[in-house]
Amino acid sequence: METLAQIKARIEAAVAGAVVEMVPNDSPSGQHSLWVDNSHAVAVAQFLREDPELRFDFCSNVTGVDWPETERTEKVKTTRLVDGVETSVEEIRKTKRPGFLEVVYHLYSVALKHGPLILRLRTENRSDQVQVPSLTPVWRGCEFQEREVFDLFGVVFTGHPDLRRILMWDEFTDHPMRKDYVEPDDYEYEPTPHDEVLVKARRSGRGEAGT
Amino acid sequence: MSIAAATNGKRHRLVPPPSPADGALGELLEISMGPQHPSTHGVFRMNLVLDGERVVKLKPVFGYLHRNHEKIAESMSYLGSMPYTDRLDYFCSLTNNWAYALAVEKLAGLQVPERAEYIRVITAELTRLQNHACLGGFLLQDMGASGTPLMYAFREREKILDLFEALTGARMMCNYMRFGGCRCDLPPGWREQAQRLVAEFPAFLDEFEALLNENEILMARTQGVGVLPASLAVNASISGPMLRASGVNYDIRKVDRYGIYDRFDFQVPLGEHGDVYDRYMVRILEMRESLKILRAALADLPEGPIMDPKARLRGFRPKPGEAYGRIEAPKGELGFYLISEGGPHPYRYRVRPPSFINLTILEDMCLGQLVADVVIILGSVDIVLGEVDR
Amino acid sequence: MLGKGIIKGLAETARNFFGSFVSERRLTTVPYPDARQPLAENTRQFPFLVYDGDDWEQGLRCVACQICEKECPPQCIYIVKSKDKKPDYKGQMQFYPAVFDIDLAVCMSCQICVEVCPFESIKMDTEFELSTADRFGGLLFHKKQLAKPNAHYHRIHPTDAAASDAVLAAEKAKQEAKARAAAEAKAKAAAPAPVAPPPSAS
Ligand code: SF4
Ligand code: SF4
Repeated sequence: METLAQIKARIEAAVAGAVVEMVPNDSPSGQHSLWVDNSHAVAVAQFLREDPELRFDFCSNVTGVDWPETERTEKVKTTRLVDGVETSVEEIRKTKRPGFLEVVYHLYSVALKHGPLILRLRTENRSDQVQVPSLTPVWRGCEFQEREVFDLFGVVFTGHPDLRRILMWDEFTDHPMRKDYVEPDDYEYEPTPHDEVLVKARRSGRGEAGT
Repeated sequence: MSIAAATNGKRHRLVPPPSPADGALGELLEISMGPQHPSTHGVFRMNLVLDGERVVKLKPVFGYLHRNHEKIAESMSYLGSMPYTDRLDYFCSLTNNWAYALAVEKLAGLQVPERAEYIRVITAELTRLQNHACLGGFLLQDMGASGTPLMYAFREREKILDLFEALTGARMMCNYMRFGGCRCDLPPGWREQAQRLVAEFPAFLDEFEALLNENEILMARTQGVGVLPASLAVNASISGPMLRASGVNYDIRKVDRYGIYDRFDFQVPLGEHGDVYDRYMVRILEMRESLKILRAALADLPEGPIMDPKARLRGFRPKPGEAYGRIEAPKGELGFYLISEGGPHPYRYRVRPPSFINLTILEDMCLGQLVADVVIILGSVDIVLGEVDR
Repeated sequence: MLGKGIIKGLAETARNFFGSFVSERRLTTVPYPDARQPLAENTRQFPFLVYDGDDWEQGLRCVACQICEKECPPQCIYIVKSKDKKPDYKGQMQFYPAVFDIDLAVCMSCQICVEVCPFESIKMDTEFELSTADRFGGLLFHKKQLAKPNAHYHRIHPTDAAASDAVLAAEKAKQEAKARAAAEAKAKAAAPAPVAPPPSAS
């Protein structure tokens, strides 16, 4: 397989305007990945599948990762003029990384027997702009896995043929794999039609029944 | 050996293959099959729309067994997730252990000693034997062969589980592998016992094949049913015996050569038609290949340590980074994707469950088929709900 | 010929049926509970606490370090550390668990507590017939129910128990050697002094 840098260059040559960035990985596994911008993701995926030297025809694994907003505090030494004298002052600098949701695709080639190539797509933020393009039209194998990412992380895949919850029940509202998810005391609780009956019954028990 | 050779090239056709209803649909009937239906291999539901007896729409519904294994694992030490992996595909706890251990070893850069690698191969292939034997039994049970083949398969499985118990202490929830090796060494006499089992197993396979392979009812029920073309299988990320039954030569043991699989001489049985019959036969033939691997591995098993000396049990904190490790589990490609932030818990822990992804094209395989065939098509996918729902 | 395969199959079932009366290979089950399969030596069910000597409370090896409580994946161990100390097998003063409960209804027999315990004090039992009519309290085992003598451990897992005894003996020997060395050093340091008291006989 070509190196990641070569693949990146090839993608940029083949898909006009695509923004591709290498995401390094420091662990001994050495599996680095490519981040692709959302508007060109489908074209890039198509290229990766069709290119005769790459032929990534097997999308093995699709998963989400939640990166909440984090604040890193660093102490930086700077020199500043204080009362005309140059003194070194310690400044605390805060860098904020905005939160986002990430979708990771592990691609292999069955035809050429190489891989993995790791693609990453990112959403704008974690609250209202959580769309990424669906790659199900390119690899059918993403269908259920993207549904799972939608269900558990709340990423909305535009262009997905059947985006519904898959593991949680349809009436469930939250996304349990997010880092800030708080589990309810009682999972089973759901408002039922019976609630109204109960309220009425209680009211009539206190003699408030209107009718 | 090819399937045609194993069955003397026999293909029977007692009933004409189901043809798609000719345009005009009759009155449609919507039914919900499951989640307590005995044929669904667990709590699994299919919402079917039927035209007469033919399927026009099928939507699988699952999640009844969902416990968010991934979330639990993200609040637990790396070691603490190991016993939970046993419970994913509860038929094959040892291959689950291996996949997870492999991913963590990639993440932390641990080396597995030779002897441990051999033990891993032996236990994984034994797991494959018992999984495939039981799948054959279950599949026939779905076809109406109540009990008999299944009980024969369970009888053989029992012997393998005895071996697992002697080695790991538990029959199904083995929790045996550790990052950088295995938990304990083989007990005395285990190797001989395993060799005896491997020597006796072909007799069972012969019997099983004589019982079924040429059975006309089996052929009529399975041949040409639930056909999965190779191109769709690859595109839909199907893996394992199901992919190979469609004729795609892709076995991760051969492709990734993880562990020490490059030292063994075995073949990858392939199907030609991609139907239920081929999926059944691929598994039967795979068992024979597993026996070859087992024979070689049990003969060459070297002496030596079984743990990487760098591995730590308590206070294990891999460096920040991520890793994806995958193995050829009996049901398909089982992968674990881990992200470490340097802490004692994984930041992200993901299981790539083969039987979940193999269900993607269940609808495609069932469209136009009879409702009775849906049961055996599902059976031939080989799902375990502990893994589908996680 | 159509039907040949079926006849072949029926011959096979007949062979299995009659074979199961005579062949050991075809008969893997026993009529439990009248007969029992022997358990493999490694068999594990639920944890128990090992004690040395005769007094279960005094001999308990556990020092309430709470490592197992922390590492247990389903969090089914509950320990309260004692306020006072008691001597352990080496004669050192150590804490002991004032409360040590394991909820066996939650325990999943994973053996992680055994692996992480640095004091060889929690081990796996092979007892599995624990059914009880009391759903909630009946499976919450307290210290007293969990404590079992070392002899029991030797009976169910002889190899492991011998290894574990060897580890403890080695630790003890190491500590005694250290104590002796320390005493000697002290004696040497104290030797010039005219009235050095001899190291107290232990
Ligand atoms: S065996 Fe596992 S679940 Fe049971 S107490 Fe020990 S660590 Fe906890
Ligand atoms: S059993 Fe072992 S690990 Fe658990 S508290 Fe006692 S000494 Fe510590």
